[in-house]
Order: sequence, then structure tokens, then C-alpha cells
Amino acid sequence: MKITLKVWRQKSKDAKGEFKTYQHDHVSSDMSFLEMMDVLNTQLIKKGEEPIHFDHDCREGICGMCSMYINGQPHGPLQTTTCQLHMRTFKDGETITVEPWRAQAFPVIKDLVVDRSAFDRIQQAGGYVSVNTGGVPDANVIPIPKKIADEAFDAAACIGCGACVAACKNASAMLFVSAKVSQFALLPQGHAERKERVEKMVEQMDSEGFGSCTNTRACEAECPKAISVANIARMNREYFSAMVSSYEVKVGGGE
Amino acid sequence: MKLESKSPEGPLAEKWTKHKFNLKLVNPANKRKYEIIVVGTGLAGASAAASLGELGYNVKAFCFQDSPRRAHSIAAQGGINAAKNYQNDGDSIYRLFYDTIKGGDYRAREANVHRLAEVSVNIIDQCVAQGVPFAREYGGLLANRSFGGAQVSRTFYARGQTGQQLLLGAYSALNRQIANGKVKMYNRTEMLDVVVVDGKARGIVTRDLITGKIEAHSAHAVLLCTGGYGNVFYLSTNAKGSNVTAAWRAHKKGALFANPCFTQIHPTCIPVSGDHQSKLTLMSESLRNDGRVWVPKVAVKGLKAKDARSIAEADRDYFLERKYPSFGNLVPRDVASRNGKMMCDEGRGVGATGLAVFLDFADAIKRDGRDVISAKYGNLFDMYKQITGDDPYEMPMMIFPAVHYTMGGLWVDYNLMTSVPGLYALGEANFSDHGANRLGASALMQGLADGYFVIPYTIGDYLAGIGWNDKVSTDHPVFKETIEAVNSRVQKLLSIKGKKTVDEFHRELGLTLWEYCGMSRNDAGLRIAKKKIQELRTEFWQNVDVVGSANELNMELEKAGRVADFLELGELMVDDALDRKESCGCHFREESQTTDGEALRIDNDYAYSSAWEYKGENQPEELHKEELKFENVKLTQRSYK
Ligand SMILES: Cc1cc2nc3c(=O)[nH]c(=O)nc-3n(C[C@H](O)[C@H](O)[C@H](O)COP(=O)(O)OP(=O)(O)OC[C@H]3O[C@@H](n4cnc5c(N)ncnc54)[C@H](O)[C@@H]3O)c2cc1C
Ligand code: SF4
Ligand code: FES
Repeated sequence: MKITLKVWRQKSKDAKGEFKTYQHDHVSSDMSFLEMMDVLNTQLIKKGEEPIHFDHDCREGICGMCSMYINGQPHGPLQTTTCQLHMRTFKDGETITVEPWRAQAFPVIKDLVVDRSAFDRIQQAGGYVSVNTGGVPDANVIPIPKKIADEAFDAAACIGCGACVAACKNASAMLFVSAKVSQFALLPQGHAERKERVEKMVEQMDSEGFGSCTNTRACEAECPKAISVANIARMNREYFSAMVSSYEVKVGGGE
Repeated sequence: MKLESKSPEGPLAEKWTKHKFNLKLVNPANKRKYEIIVVGTGLAGASAAASLGELGYNVKAFCFQDSPRRAHSIAAQGGINAAKNYQNDGDSIYRLFYDTIKGGDYRAREANVHRLAEVSVNIIDQCVAQGVPFAREYGGLLANRSFGGAQVSRTFYARGQTGQQLLLGAYSALNRQIANGKVKMYNRTEMLDVVVVDGKARGIVTRDLITGKIEAHSAHAVLLCTGGYGNVFYLSTNAKGSNVTAAWRAHKKGALFANPCFTQIHPTCIPVSGDHQSKLTLMSESLRNDGRVWVPKVAVKGLKAKDARSIAEADRDYFLERKYPSFGNLVPRDVASRNGKMMCDEGRGVGATGLAVFLDFADAIKRDGRDVISAKYGNLFDMYKQITGDDPYEMPMMIFPAVHYTMGGLWVDYNLMTSVPGLYALGEANFSDHGANRLGASALMQGLADGYFVIPYTIGDYLAGIGWNDKVSTDHPVFKETIEAVNSRVQKLLSIKGKKTVDEFHRELGLTLWEYCGMSRNDAGLRIAKKKIQELRTEFWQNVDVVGSANELNMELEKAGRVADFLELGELMVDDALDRKESCGCHFREESQTTDGEALRIDNDYAYSSAWEYKGENQPEELHKEELKFENVKLTQRSYK
């Protein structure tokens, strides 16, 4: 296959970026998208140019690193991660545009590499159950109905890739945050800290500069792990119920 | 140098309890006066950093990814073992111990393996308390499955994402300590050297991967939780970034490297599709429960999966069923891998490259129906189709063995301390518990055992021994020298400006190791490999091309440093394989086989772990042997006929 690539090149965070066009004549349909980029990068190095920087690691669709905005969609046309996208999805002779995630809260570091540390800070704000190592009860002490466990699992499957933010015209992180809030709201282990958790995580999310949710559902459509917007609804319920009852509330009075 | 395993005396089942009692304790009020560095935040590192932070120590943790949640541990699929005996099927701590030590072909320490089995039960409790969503039965209790040929159902799992869910659990505990201010996290930061002052580990030198800044960090102790080195083969199932640099730098600073040639090769991976191949994808071992492995009796060049049906039943060789009538397609990983490769070596491999064998579900689909097979393997079939474009319901899969896990690693004593005082190694980075072969679902167990339940006890003994005021500041000349050395190596790599890319060197190294130090090894081949690796290393330092500069995000530079270390490790792997003239576990020496071509262990001569000591640039390393004493299990030969 032969393809033309229009790729966003940006030397560093503060440098001005621009699209560069590359002709790529050595593409096999069996290549993954990242392997296609590898081959292009080898050609660039051979010409003495700097390779295109992109994040990747597992190449199995699970680490969530391979953020690329391809032809106007996060991770390209299929609902997978970029590393699981193969060139047979594209047509011979096609022009493919590749950009980094675009969001104020995800500044570009270089080329296609962005800074997603805001996600970590949201998790640090409350995405855990406060148990120390040791001194916990036997794992089978609390039975959890399979239905609940499965639903919590569906939410826990989030890989933290940020495609939901990249897909959203408001760059909202609601799907990501709600996935963690839901997991712990559903599971009994999470109940003790349910209220503070949702408050703190939402507060952190807002302070990171993510936009608000206007229910376009673009996030769900692009999420490689099929995280449902039902989680957002659940988070909203959790949040409002916390607001009216929590002892940590700032508005609406408390107990 | 004298190797002291520090295995406690006394009856096997009491060793760990007694040992814990005998360890010195750090006064709770003094814990905050200690600093501990944890390099790596996969299962081993995240669990260690979180647990030590909870105890009150000040921890600095490092990883090269953009978040701890992305460590290679995330990719583990199958499950994690624990001797809970929830299924009432006869499991016990002793049975898990026994299976693990036998599975490792009797090349691991009894005391370590028993401790692993003991704490396995605590791991499951801990993870559930954190909210890890393990699979459950309808009654709401935890589900188990049997894995990797085990006779009992002791594997806990979370769909096909066990590693992800366990890591997210450890990551959440780590996040809590970061929020508490007890752990300071350094993402996108790579450790490039250990600082050893007067024989003790005192800190590390790192490179900020975004700015290129080289920095020193000092601490009372350093924990390396940096994963395995399977990527020395270039192609493996490991994440692309997995590397040996941290362990290798430690090795060059005095930490012994144990059993480097013990590398596990997994039989069922998707074959290489071309020169562009960047990594290999594992297909679950469970597929061999229903799939039949075969190649044509007479070589057919370039046989495609879609044409497999054209080979008549009588012209097919179901070689595992033929050679191992009682185990058939379910022989252990090493046996299945070796036989698949043998078929390809005979020229009977299939696919465009001839480096694959068929894994055929046609009979199973005929027998059980498509729905039953789809319920069991649907997601795997889909994944296979997504990657290869072939539909396994219509035609056989093609599979080939791939490097998967490294049992070798830094030598550690029972306390997980390397031969450098104050320097520890946890998880896949150490050599401790799997002997010559790791059983499925036991790496996750070991990583979390080390981090949650072993190091929090054993490190206290060392710290209490040295005292909190025994710390060296980063102003010390040795820190300055180490920074200087790291800097000049970075500059050296950038200044060569040769003709070959880093990946080209890496691929060549991988091919050489795969050919001569892969699934089967012999003296002549290993000697060829040694020479080739030496030549390649020399060429690397004259002809590698690393573009870009030092003071920016430069992934070529990162790779170059890692490949330079792989080029040294590769030679040590070969030396280790040369030394061990027996076959054991993953290590098949062609000179040591039974009359019917099976692996032959030689316990009288080789019941030891090899521990190699670095002796200086281009000097032969010195071998130390840690004799393995078996007081509880009887050594037997494995047979699958
Ligand atoms: C595809 C696949 C499936 C698997 N499935 C299973 C399974 O089902 N069950 C099972 O038990 N095992 C399984 N394994 C094995 C298991 O996943 C690993 O052995 C285990 O996760 C290793 O954990 P770790 O914490 O030791 O290292 P890793 O998870 O590899 O973490 C290494 C850490 O070290 C950091 N690091 C490395 N070098 C440096 C450096 N120089 N500076 C700074 N940071 C550094 C990395 O950033 C990372 O945080 C599987 C392995 C693979 C490849
Ligand atoms: S919710 Fe989906 S798209 Fe968003 S970070 Fe999680 S996995 Fe990625
Ligand atoms: S590289 Fe890990 S999800 Fe794509």
C-alpha cells in the first residue's frame, strides 16, 4: 500500500506546531498503525531527521498510552486503541491525518505526545479505598452479587487513555472520572468513602481545566473499552446526593 | 564473595513466621526519618511503595511511563494463583509450594517458594479490600479456574484483564500515599545508575525524559522493581519499553545477576507477519484445551491457513498428540514450544514465513458446536481476527512460540536484598521464586507478594541496623562521579552518528539470541552467539545513529541506552547457558537429553542457581554457585509421554 500522512509536528510544549506531509510507500496491510509509524520513523532517521514522537507501550490495547487522533477520531476509525488498528482498515492511496489529543488539560509535550498527568491527579484525589496493607478481612467475607460485580467491572475496565476527552467538543473528562466513581459506588468496599470520593474527584477534575458535559455522548462512541455514559448519570446522582448530605459540603448545608 | 541465602533454619512451614519475629523493627516514630527509593511502579513497585508509605517511610517512586498505571503488569491476562482452597478441591499452601517448585524444575529455593505460597492467600484478601473486581459466582463469592495444567482450581481472575485490575488496585493504594505526601512520584523518569558508596546502595541517578535533566536522589535503601528483560530478544510479548537497564546498571555496581539464561518461551503467540513486526501478541494458553496442533507431513511451501483444508487428514501430522499420547496438546509450555520450533526447523512450518504451526478448532467445532466454542474463546477468536485478518471459525489459527517471561534476574537473598547492601530487587526483576520455569498465574502472585508482604518486613531489619542518621547526601563525590558517568554516556551515544538505527542493532541481537540461546541450545551454537554479540556490541559503539539531542524528549536516545545494556546482558545469557550443561525447565541443552529426545536434568552437578559477578569492562564475569538444598521435596524427572 501507499499512503500519504499529514502529521502534527511540534518540537516541545511551547514551540509552534505544524502539519508535515510524508509520503509512505512501504505499507503492508498487516502492519498495525504503530508499526506503520515505526517504519516511517526509520526512514526519517535514515534521512537524518527526527522521528515522530508518539506514546506507546503494551501494543495490546490495554496500557492506554497510544494516544493519536487519526482522521478526526481518537484512535482512528475503529473503536479500538491505535495499537490495535491495522492498516487493512485504510485504502491504498489514502491520505491520513494524525494529531495529538487536543485538550487544554492535556498539553502537548512533543509531536503526538501529550501530558495526561491530570488524570493521575484526579485519581489521587479520591480514586481509592482507604485500606492499608494487611489487616483486611478474608476475601469471601462480603459476597457481592454477580450482577453488581459485573457492572462494577464494566466501569473498572477503563484504561485511562483519554480518548473520551479528545472526542468531546468540550474536552470533558466525565466518562473517565465517572468510571472510577461508579466502580466504587457499586462495590460495598467503596461505600464508606462514597461521598467524599465523588466530591473530591469532581473538584479536582474541575480544577484541571476539563470542560463540562453537555451530553453529546461522543465519549462513549469513541471509548475503546465501551465505558457507558450510564456511569456519568450515576456519578451525577452520587455527586448531588453527596452535596446534600456530606459533612464536607461547601454549599447546601450539612448534617 | 560468599553467597548467603539467609534462608531461615527450622521446619519449612515455620521459617517465615520465625524469620519475621527475628527481624529487627524500626521504631514507629523513626520511620519518617528514613527515605526509600522505589524504581518501577508495576505490581511489585506500586505495592511496595504504597505499603512502605503506609508504614510511615518517605518514599520516592519512579517510572518511565507517563503514569504508574501503565506499567507492563497491566497486560497480564490469565490470572493469579492463591492457595485459598475456596473450591474444596484439595489445594493447600503445601500443594501450591510443591507445584511451584516442581514446575520450576527444582531450581528454586524451597524457603522462598513456601513463603510465596503462604502469603498468596493474603494477596487476594488485600486486593478484594481495595475493590479489585475479581470474577464471582452467582452466589456472590469469588470464582476460580484451573490454569496451565494445574490439578486444582486456584487461579483468581478478572475477565482477561487480571493484570490490569491488580495493577489498578496497587495504583490506587499508591495514589492514596501520593495524596498523603508519603510517596513522591516521578513519572517519565528513567533510572540510569545506582549510587554505591562504601559498599552500600545510597541512591540513584535519573534522567527526566521530557527535559533530559540528569539528577541524583539519595536514600537509605533502593528497591529495583523494574520488571523482566525478555525484550533482549527484540520480539517478545513484553511491552515495548520493558528493559534491563536498571538491573544491569545495578549488576555493574556489584549486584550479582542470577540464572540469566532462564527465559520462558510461550507456545501460543501470533506469528511474525513481516520485517515490520514490533512485538508479539500472546494468545491464551487455554486454547490448547480444544485446539489441535498440526503441520503437514510433507512440507508445503507457503501454506496459507485458508488452504489448510486442502491437506487431507492422512497427510497431517498432529505432532504433539503423536509424540505425547497421554498429554497430547496439553504438554507444558516449554515442551510445546520446542516441538513447534522443531517442525519449522524441519521445513514443515506453515504460513508465508514457514515459521508457524496450525492450531485447529475444526474438530472441536464439529464436536461441540460453534456456540460452545464461541462461548469459551469468542474474545480470543475476535482478537486473532482483528490482528491477522483470518477467521479462526473458518480456518486454523497460526501460532508460534514467543519470548514471554524471564525467570533470571538480580540475585537476592531471602530478604530480597541483592549482594549490594541496601539494594533490593522485587518482582520479575529478581530471580527468586520460579527456578528454571514459571507456571502460569504465578508472576502476578510473586510481584504482589514481594511488594505487599515481604519487603515491608525485611527492609526494616536493614534500616534499623544502619540507623536513620546513616545517610549520604547527593553532594558526596560518588554522586557527582555517577552523574558525570551517566552524562558522558548520553553524550557518547549522541556523538557516534553512525549508519545503523538502534532498532537494527536490537533486531540483530534478538535474532542471534533466538537462534542460539532460545528454545534449544548447544555448545557450538552458543559459542557462535557469543562471538556475534561481541562483534555487534563493538559495532554498536562505532556505528549507531542516535538523532536528536540530550535536552528534550528523545525516544531514540532512551532506546539506545537500553539496547546498549541488552548487548552486554546478551553475552552473559550465553555464558550462563554454556555453563549449564544440563537441560532443565526452559533451558534445553541438546547435549543433555534422554534417548527419546526429552530434557535431562543432572541434579548431581547442576542443582545450583548461578550468580554472576561483574568484573569490569570486557572481562569475563565470575560465576558463584548457590547450592540448592531440597529438604522437603524429592527431585523427579518430568515425563509427559
Ligand atoms: C502478555 C503477558 C501476559 C501475562 N499474563 C500473566 C498472567 O496471566 N499471570 C501471571 O502471573 N503473570 C503473567 N504475566 C507476567 C507478569 O505480567 C509480569 O511478570 C509481571 O507483571 C511483572 O511485574 P513487575 O512489577 O515485576 O514489573 P513491570 O510490571 O514490568 O513493571 C516495571 C516497572 O519498572 C519501571 N522501570 C523499568 N526500568 C526502569 C528504569 N530504568 N527507570 C525507571 N523505571 C523503570 C517501569 O516504568 C514499570 O513501572 C504476563 C506477561 C505478559 C507479557
Ligand atoms: S473512559 Fe474510555 S475513552 Fe475515557 S479514558 Fe477510560 S477507556 Fe479511555
Ligand atoms: S500501546 Fe498500550 S494501549 Fe496501545
